[in-house]
Amino acid sequence: MASVPAVLTSEWTKIRTVSSTVWTLISAFVVTVAMGAALCALMNSQFDDLPPAQRATFDPTFISFSGMVLGQLAMVVFGVLVVGTEYSSGMIRTSLAAVPQRGSFLFSKVAVAGVLALVVGIVTSFVAFFLGQALLGDHRTDIGAEHVLRAVVGGGIYMGLIGIFSMGAATMLRSSMLSLGILMPFFFLVSQILSAVPGAKKVARYFPDQAGSKIMQVVPDAMNSGTAPYGPWGGLGILLAWVAAALLGGYLVLKKRDA
Amino acid sequence: MIELDGLTKRFGNKVAVDRLSCRVRPGMVTGFLGPNGAGKSTTMRMMLDLDNPTSGSVRIDGKHYRDLDEPLKHIGALLDAKSMHGGRSAYNNLLCLAQSNRIPESRVAEVLDTVGLTAVAKKKSKGFSLGMGQRLGIAAALLGDPQVLLFDEPVNGLDPEGIHWIRNLMKALAAEGRTIFVSSHLMSEMALTADHLIVIGQGRLLADMSMADFIHQNSRSYVRLRSPQQERLRDVLHEAGLIVVETGGGILEIDGATTEALGELAAQHQIVLHELSAQRASLEDAFMQMTADSVEYHAHSDHVAAPPPAGPQWGDQWNERTGGGPAGTGREV
Repeated sequence: MASVPAVLTSEWTKIRTVSSTVWTLISAFVVTVAMGAALCALMNSQFDDLPPAQRATFDPTFISFSGMVLGQLAMVVFGVLVVGTEYSSGMIRTSLAAVPQRGSFLFSKVAVAGVLALVVGIVTSFVAFFLGQALLGDHRTDIGAEHVLRAVVGGGIYMGLIGIFSMGAATMLRSSMLSLGILMPFFFLVSQILSAVPGAKKVARYFPDQAGSKIMQVVPDAMNSGTAPYGPWGGLGILLAWVAAALLGGYLVLKKRDA
Repeated sequence: MIELDGLTKRFGNKVAVDRLSCRVRPGMVTGFLGPNGAGKSTTMRMMLDLDNPTSGSVRIDGKHYRDLDEPLKHIGALLDAKSMHGGRSAYNNLLCLAQSNRIPESRVAEVLDTVGLTAVAKKKSKGFSLGMGQRLGIAAALLGDPQVLLFDEPVNGLDPEGIHWIRNLMKALAAEGRTIFVSSHLMSEMALTADHLIVIGQGRLLADMSMADFIHQNSRSYVRLRSPQQERLRDVLHEAGLIVVETGGGILEIDGATTEALGELAAQHQIVLHELSAQRASLEDAFMQMTADSVEYHAHSDHVAAPPPAGPQWGDQWNERTGGGPAGTGREV
């Protein structure tokens, strides 16, 4: 059996020695923080013009995470590339010849990349929160307020899990291009559009991003986003189930298919 | 030592490898020969547990690949030149492989030096030429100082100096008692490197013998005659009980007679000869003959072959199928 610490070390070397890691994670951070800050500043100046329903459910914490709609796409790219470049470069055959225990190989890779994604997610989440609150002026909240810390930590976990979900999906699809071609439109368009269509809403709220983002809301149904049949932790649970399914699917494909 | 036992791989209805059983022994270079699509690469991927066999098994030093503890220390492989992440430097590509099998980092610089890539160790491998990529792949194979080495078409993309280098490397590694298994579709290349031959065609074992035996069994010698009095010469040869093969262009080929005997025979009948030479069919011809029935991808051409010979001839089937291209009829003198 391959030694697990050795495989973890190897996967860490793989991640830190490609430039795509740095630029995808920096993009995830910058986009989330910058877009969140911009929206917070906008909300601060336009607060009085908001519809009454939105003013009633105004959630300063959630507003500061607005940038995640775009920032998570960079996380998707990170997750996809971590796995997908093994296939596109042909490295997968070399890697599996070195570590023929495919379960150890996949889960070491996901563990290393997943922890990194979670760390970057948490840092992003905290920076986005504090910067956003600073720009919200009178409408800001405080990290000590009820449920706020849960939402901020949850926002970081959400970003990390979206990255891990993408790793599982890319392992199933065995291609960076195919994975990005499916995941990017899904998270950016399909999920967003369906969640606004009255009929499709009931299904769309079980999508990984829609369910998972509930954890970032402090005010229930923040910004008049509609009631969901699950709470913040329930939503995170649904996202976790998606992640587990993607990883299991990826593992089964990797185990059964010829490399 | 690599042992294949009834190894079979099916892709849908197509049988890529068909009940292949053989042994690859240490201390020599074993050539794995077959035309394109014969199943060589599939067999090698199954040896490394990358493809799952439909049935049968491969054992490396008595163990299944998956049960090897840190496999790079037992077996190294060069599968194809494109097997590294192009965005990573040569050094780092090798480093992550070394780390996964707990091979000391100092080995990375050593193998880069062995293959002559020290100068570009820090360069991203996507800028490498085919030959440099091949060298990097060989460095990866050597990383764990393994006793068994697999090379899939290692000379592809190498310049003459590189080809010479890899030949000597394989011979030196075999001389150290290692098991060297190298695939090729070029008989001429194998004749220079391999001590033992395993020939496959359409996934089936066609030959498993030493290079010396293969040469002995398959190199046919014959005498070539050319004469302006061809009709008369043919009659005389027939009367002498010799089998004459006509290959066109006024050339007659005779098996089982020496140049001396034929020269004297012609002199007795006062026949003018324009050519009297001893010939030896090349190993390439022998290989083509052996695999002719199993060649999967035939070239088709309207080009008409030489008139059909009177008797059986090496490479007949090949010639018919390919329309007698120069590669099929070329002979060594």
